[in-house]
Amino acid sequence: MNSAHRQGKLRLQKWYTATAERDKKKMVRELMQTVLARKPKMCSFLEWRDLKIVYKRYASLYFCCAIEEQDNELITLEVIHRFVELLDKYFGSVCELDIIFNFEKAYFILDEFLMGGEIQDTSKKSVLKAIEQADLLQEVTWTPGVTSM
Amino acid sequence: MPAPIRLRELIRTIRTARTQAEEREMIQKECAAIRSSFREEDNTYRCRNVAKLLYMHMLGYPAHFGQLECLKLIASQKFTDKRIGYLGAMLLLDERQDVHLLMTNCIKNDLNHSTQYVQGLALCTLGCMGSSEMCRDLAGEVEKLLKTSNSYLRKKAALCAVHVIRKVPELMEMFLPATKNLLSEKNHGVLHTSVVLLTEMCERSPDMLAHFRKLVPQLVRILKNLIMSGYSPEHDVSGISDPFLQVRILRLLRILGKSDDDSSEAMNDILAQVATNTETSKNVGNAILYETVLTIMDIKSESGLRVLAINILGRFLLNNDKNIRYVALTSLLKTVQTDHNAVQRHRSTIVDCLKDLDVSIKRRAMELSFALVNGNNIRGMMKELLYFLDSCDPEFKADCASGVFLAAEKYAPSKRWHIDTIMRVLTTAGSYVRDDSVPNLIQLITNSVEMHAYTVQRLYKALLDDISQQPLVQVASWCIGEYGDLLVSGQCEEEEPIQVTEDEVLDVLEGLLVSNLSTPVTRGYALTAIMKLSTRFSSVNRIKKVVSIYGSSIDVELQQRAVEYNALFKKYDHMRPALLERMPIMEKTATNGPTEIVQTNGETEPSVVEAKHPPPVTQPANQANDLLDLLGGNDVVPVIQTTMPTKPASAGGELLDLLGDLSLSGIPPMTAYSKNGLKIDFTFERANPNPNIAVITIHASNSTEADMTDFVFQAAVPKTFQLQLLSPSSNVVPALNQGTVTQVIRVLNLQKQQLRMRIKLTYTHKGSPVQDLAEVNNFPPQSWHAHPSLGLIG
Repeated sequence: MNSAHRQGKLRLQKWYTATAERDKKKMVRELMQTVLARKPKMCSFLEWRDLKIVYKRYASLYFCCAIEEQDNELITLEVIHRFVELLDKYFGSVCELDIIFNFEKAYFILDEFLMGGEIQDTSKKSVLKAIEQADLLQEVTWTPGVTSM
Repeated sequence: MPAPIRLRELIRTIRTARTQAEEREMIQKECAAIRSSFREEDNTYRCRNVAKLLYMHMLGYPAHFGQLECLKLIASQKFTDKRIGYLGAMLLLDERQDVHLLMTNCIKNDLNHSTQYVQGLALCTLGCMGSSEMCRDLAGEVEKLLKTSNSYLRKKAALCAVHVIRKVPELMEMFLPATKNLLSEKNHGVLHTSVVLLTEMCERSPDMLAHFRKLVPQLVRILKNLIMSGYSPEHDVSGISDPFLQVRILRLLRILGKSDDDSSEAMNDILAQVATNTETSKNVGNAILYETVLTIMDIKSESGLRVLAINILGRFLLNNDKNIRYVALTSLLKTVQTDHNAVQRHRSTIVDCLKDLDVSIKRRAMELSFALVNGNNIRGMMKELLYFLDSCDPEFKADCASGVFLAAEKYAPSKRWHIDTIMRVLTTAGSYVRDDSVPNLIQLITNSVEMHAYTVQRLYKALLDDISQQPLVQVASWCIGEYGDLLVSGQCEEEEPIQVTEDEVLDVLEGLLVSNLSTPVTRGYALTAIMKLSTRFSSVNRIKKVVSIYGSSIDVELQQRAVEYNALFKKYDHMRPALLERMPIMEKTATNGPTEIVQTNGETEPSVVEAKHPPPVTQPANQANDLLDLLGGNDVVPVIQTTMPTKPASAGGELLDLLGDLSLSGIPPMTAYSKNGLKIDFTFERANPNPNIAVITIHASNSTEADMTDFVFQAAVPKTFQLQLLSPSSNVVPALNQGTVTQVIRVLNLQKQQLRMRIKLTYTHKGSPVQDLAEVNNFPPQSWHAHPSLGLIG
């Protein structure tokens, strides 16, 4: 499953199958072109190669997921929405800049929510709590003198 | 050495770059600083540097020199380091990298770490991108964690196990014991990931599938609790309790219930419950309904449930949300073969979707519409489809045109209607029609003997309007060449005959020859048509002149034809009439699928011919023993030896048999089933252009004294084959062999294995339902040997 990107600029990407760097770039480029060309009235699904792409636009960001033939597109929309909700709760009314400047945190959240393309926990509270705790642990283990990344 | 700049600082700086070049410069500068920092083995800031590197990597810049640094971070004791280190590993160190395996030991240690968040990081990394070797090495650790009571770790271990199994399927067995009480967990995270794990195992191994069937009651209970339980804030999404878990359970039930009667029965109730009780106002509810429908259709559900499912899809079609409409159409397409009648009820809604704005929806609607066309609705459906053809995007036109031709051929209520439909397609989407349609259409027209006058008149009029659409022009030229005499003599019965002179016709054909719009192929057609008219018209001199002009054409093909035709005029004039006589009815090749009696409304035509029989004479023909006595276009002559309409025989002095072998696939028909008065025969053809597809037509006949109603034929083939069942001609097999029900099966046999099939027959006879299963093993060997069939017209 891939994630967010904007008017041509990639903000986050997560691959769950090993792919060559060159191929990744090519696929992302192709996908971006296709998705950005979609008009607002069109449905959120499209066929691309042998996969189905589910995408949803939130403000200036498009979130895309590539799923397999037998997967449920409608629930994937909910998965995307859940992820955005998590970001929103964590950052407090998330906007694109938050994701740009704190991309590593966005990744941490994604990795706490999904693994290998599947949901780890269906409870928003649970996921956020885990991130909170991990953040605390990080605070505690900073080298003296260094206070942030 | 000053501290390396902070991550956010770097991001801010890079974003101020106004050009790509400026950005590149900044990146290079920072990379250099990072590189020297790495060289100095700076532990304090390694984490910060790698983070910056990851950012630059995301912008598209190379970051491979950071790979080893990620490993060092993972090995560090500090949580901050590990967090970034593992993130870096997931972004930079996939299994294609040489140093990937170096992570294994660190991950192993971290899987046993005292802090669960460290263990979590390790599980996540392994579970997202661990290589097969790594999975093999660490599977034991994962298995251990799968049995822990810590639900935070247990849920992650379950998904990690899924990844391990995907990479190394042989390891599946070792996770079996740990799955024992996974479903008794209360924690939704563990439940969800456990269901995913069980699903993965069942999908991969039939033994596992059989083993886990016993979980069906438990799964049903869990699902029931989710639906019946009150509001649970932690898992609620728009009023529905944990939809993600519900969907996953439904999917697992689908796999467990497939082809198993008992399991399917055990889940019937809950499926009905979910189907009727789920809120449909938001996407969440519909997502669950969608999964439910998929499950109902796949397991052995009772017919009432299936109808319920299709009705849900029908309601989806009316939903405002286009996403819902889209999945409905997709699902209906999958079920249209097996539940044809139920889907038919929603036909008008489906046809409405042809007018949708969304491309994907239109395409689905089109495919589904074609699948729903049958003898009863052909007129209405075709009106809609032709309207669609007029207004749709170019990307659809070719497929739509082909679909229209196929449907028209199978269900045309009358010849005239058929010809009209073809004309409509040619005139509105003529340039998108596929190349192989032209010979097929020509064949069709030839065989509709009494429509020749009408056809040629309509085509002629179409040519007067527009000569840009090549397929139309080609078909028209051919027809004018064949039936030009009918055109000028004004013999048309179907509509008002037009007044056309020979010269006008020749003007049009010559116009085609010189026009820029005509392709070389079209010109060839035109020239040959002119030539043929030399035996049908009286203005032979004009024709001779035209032909001789093209003898020096730049186009080699035209030149050759013209030269040969010239020769016909000069040296072989005595042969000319015979060579250019009217084409006989052609035998159908396998290009268009099965032969069927055309269903008509009161106008019966024994139309298309069966394989291997000589063409029947449908008109009182002049049995011309003397081949030379054929001037003036008499009707069909049953001459077995035919000539190619485009190229006459080269100099040889005798009539050559150019197309001698008109045999088709030559596969003998067989009886597949014969019991209790029901007999099912199979006839074969090969689909051209794909010789791996065998097209089988079943003919069901009934020798008892009562009709067999609600007749449903189903077939299944071994896994190496693929099967497509088209809709039957009817559901009633009339008594006393008064008629047959035919249905087409298309089998794709890529591995060229021996064809075997299991068939299931259900019908009602004298009031009681009958059901029977049978194996069909007596397929003739030729049915799976591929050899290409012969095309008829070049």
